[in-house]
Amino acid sequence: MNYFNQSLTSIHKQLSDKSVSAEDLTKQTLENIKNVDGDINAFLTLDEDGALKQAKEIDDKGIDSDNLLSGLPIAVKDNIVTKGLKTTAASKILENFTPIYDATVSEKIKKLGTITVGKTNMDEFAMGGSTENSAFKITHNPWDTTKVPGGSSGGSAAAVAAGEVLAALGSDTGGSIRQPASFTGVVGMKPTYGRVSRWGLIAFGSSLDQIGPITRNVADNATLLNAIAGHDDHDLTSSTKEVPDFTSSLNKGVKGLRIGIPSEFMAQGLDDDVKQTVLNTAETFKKLGATVDEVSLPHTKYGVAAYYIISSSEASSNLQRFDGIRYGRRAKDVKNLEDLYVKSRSEGFGDEVKRRIMLGTFSLSAGFYDAYFKKAAQVRTLMINDFNNVFKDFDLILAPTAPTPAYGIGEDVSDPMTMYMNDVLTLPVNLAGLPGMSVPAGFSKGLPVGVQLIGRPFDELTVYQAGNAFEQETDFGKQTPTMGGNN
Amino acid sequence: MNFETTIGLEVHVELKTHSKIFSPSPVEFGDEPNANTNVIDWGYPGVLPTTNKGVVHDGIMAGLALHAQIERQPHFDRKNYFYPDNPKAYQITQSETPIAHDGWVEIEIDGHKKKIGIAEMHIEEDAGKNTHATDHSYVDLNRQGTPLIEIVSKPDIASPEEAYAYLEQLRQIVQFTGVSDVKMEEGSMRVDTNISIRPVGQKEYGTKVEMKNINSFNYVRKSLDYEEQRQQRVLMSGGSIQQETRRFDETTGQTELMRVKEGSDDYRYFPEPDLPVLTISQEWIDQIESELPEPPAKRRERYVNELGITDYDAMVITQTKEMSDFYEAMIKAGADAKLAANYLQGDVNAYLNDNQVELQDTKITPEHLATMIKLITDGTISSKMAKKVFKAITKGDEPKKFVEDKGMVQLSDPAQLQPLVDKVVGANPQSVEDFHNGKDRAIGFLVGQIMKETHGKANPQVVNKLLKDSMNK
Repeated sequence: MNYFNQSLTSIHKQLSDKSVSAEDLTKQTLENIKNVDGDINAFLTLDEDGALKQAKEIDDKGIDSDNLLSGLPIAVKDNIVTKGLKTTAASKILENFTPIYDATVSEKIKKLGTITVGKTNMDEFAMGGSTENSAFKITHNPWDTTKVPGGSSGGSAAAVAAGEVLAALGSDTGGSIRQPASFTGVVGMKPTYGRVSRWGLIAFGSSLDQIGPITRNVADNATLLNAIAGHDDHDLTSSTKEVPDFTSSLNKGVKGLRIGIPSEFMAQGLDDDVKQTVLNTAETFKKLGATVDEVSLPHTKYGVAAYYIISSSEASSNLQRFDGIRYGRRAKDVKNLEDLYVKSRSEGFGDEVKRRIMLGTFSLSAGFYDAYFKKAAQVRTLMINDFNNVFKDFDLILAPTAPTPAYGIGEDVSDPMTMYMNDVLTLPVNLAGLPGMSVPAGFSKGLPVGVQLIGRPFDELTVYQAGNAFEQETDFGKQTPTMGGNN
Repeated sequence: MNFETTIGLEVHVELKTHSKIFSPSPVEFGDEPNANTNVIDWGYPGVLPTTNKGVVHDGIMAGLALHAQIERQPHFDRKNYFYPDNPKAYQITQSETPIAHDGWVEIEIDGHKKKIGIAEMHIEEDAGKNTHATDHSYVDLNRQGTPLIEIVSKPDIASPEEAYAYLEQLRQIVQFTGVSDVKMEEGSMRVDTNISIRPVGQKEYGTKVEMKNINSFNYVRKSLDYEEQRQQRVLMSGGSIQQETRRFDETTGQTELMRVKEGSDDYRYFPEPDLPVLTISQEWIDQIESELPEPPAKRRERYVNELGITDYDAMVITQTKEMSDFYEAMIKAGADAKLAANYLQGDVNAYLNDNQVELQDTKITPEHLATMIKLITDGTISSKMAKKVFKAITKGDEPKKFVEDKGMVQLSDPAQLQPLVDKVVGANPQSVEDFHNGKDRAIGFLVGQIMKETHGKANPQVVNKLLKDSMNK
């Protein structure tokens, strides 16, 4: 069974009227993954026994008819810890790491009766935009298996796009949910910083990381965010703000909504098809009754530098705990303590992770701190002010998600700067802590192209509202890839 | 050439909160290694710290007791370094915005008072402990995350004597707030020192030498004494002081080189992104200020001026808040101030030392002790009898009842004693004659006879007076 042309509502209906049991659905899902994933490589770990056991329990209890997630098989990015289920962050240093606790989001979705069938591939420690930086495998884009699925949540996005699961959790530090969603033609939401607990998310850039849902449509996305949002006593950076029902605004339309397109996001380096997709999207919104105007975010040009300094600085500190002492990979045949550290970390981390550790360590060093980390923090403040200014007069920002459609496997990986520039359109949203969602909005040479809707802090409602209106009006999200003869 | 000395002290004090500063694990000592730990203390992947509000409260309280300014929006910073007892490979501490700054402690040496400035006081987490066997090393993370305050002095301390006095005052002030036990021997107070000397008149400070983890105030003084002399010898012989860390050898009384510092360590401090900036309201500060007990220096002043005890007595009684509170409760219960002070320093202290207990852990109450002292002052019991009564008090007995039950009450009523006096005088004419002949010893014999008759309960002063009155008739 694949999940093309399905939604939470359609699956829930089948589960509720018992035309399929949770156990059967899980079995079929696992079977389909086995058929498809050989070409896609979306999963790092499958939990057949655990998933089937959980499905049986749900069948025994009965499907909760008021809960769309009851009995739903789901995939979870491998940097979100799952009790008793191997969690590696796609790094050799955690190759055999099985956590003894659940992330808050893992616990929340489990309580609602979702069944975690497996953990998805990603760039090691979420560092990268193509999932090629995984220590274990390269994930392929379901639309064209010679292309990358984007990243770092490439496994989660590809699993949803290939119909392996209906929904998945990803994480987004500089675009890691939205960019792969754009590359694979699915819906990916990075919530406001603080909307979702980070407890149990293996930290990359602590002031930027957010967990969010990846789904086939906007309504499903809002339902999944309902499930994972909210304050958590384990995470003091999670907001105590009240969590609305994110599905409540879906059908309100966009009449009167003021939408801004930042001119800096439409500038040089942008693929023509991508640019045209944004302009077409603007026309659709206008047709639906919104106003669309050009706006300016003048400090955008400093975003990449600020982002890579801040995220790498935080990462350099966060990743120090992987020292081979208490868990994870420990090098053999070491002479002394320092040797143990150096060897364990040299063997355990991949090149990109090492590059960021060095960049971050440098930025925080005495004598460089003021010129790098501190300056980057100041730039971040200016960028937040830019957004605040725009949101005085606009309800929403429309922008391309990524400068190009999915590129070829192996094309970008040799040049880190090109890779870093790919995040230029998504990372400002992380620096400002805003909610941003990528929705399918067009195609370029057979590859999906997404656009990004960015809202005010904690205003995911308006983002979903506009996203759903656009989705109802268009059929980009309903397209499915042709899967290597398995369809 | 004359030199002047500059000493800086960094004092770590362990706060006695129930749980750790950033995790709910209990703060307990002496348990199985790693018994009091959880995923946060291990620096497990995905965990986050949460701030224990009690630690912030205690930090503010200690800051106020040290007359410091309280930072209204402090944040935490990460101090990065690798070591197995430091599981995250960073310590969560405060670098940019210590919770308190610019305070002072007043010391007194030979009647001369001086204020020693406190540059800053911050809150942070303690590390775990490594132990080493022949072919293995072990890590115990029970102590990891224990809340600490670090108090950094300004370069105002000019002699080892002043350093000693400063530590003594600091210990008392913090002890009185109740936020810590401040015991060097148990590691709840730890001292790092640095010392430099320079020719009198020179503007720049000399090169600093550091000494770490010296385990008593006395050794702090001795090590600084030694180091002061050593540095003078080096400079006088034309040498120069290196920036280095030295250790104090308690057996030789000398300091020896541990390691030479080349440049400064780079801990790559940056703001802790997992913890929001704290907001400390004026209301909270006011409330904590109102909870602050009267500091030891104020109490000493009051004891000397209002209760009339000596400076020395006042100093001994204010060593700990428990002792001082106990003393005040005794006074409130009507005990004589001088006798109360004597008993605390004498019998009570001896009892505590013999049994290795703290005053608050005994059955001795200030009310009982005060009652005993009143029984002495009103003549009901003799101070000799009081020894027995004190013993009973340590077992929790009420002294008045004890004295009555044991029939220990001193016979002081002349009407009751007069017949006995008459009897003894009548039965010992020789002694009476001796008395009249000026032999003072005779009266002692007669008193002894009466004590014998009363099984020692007669009040000797009253008996003495009655005998003299009878014989002089």
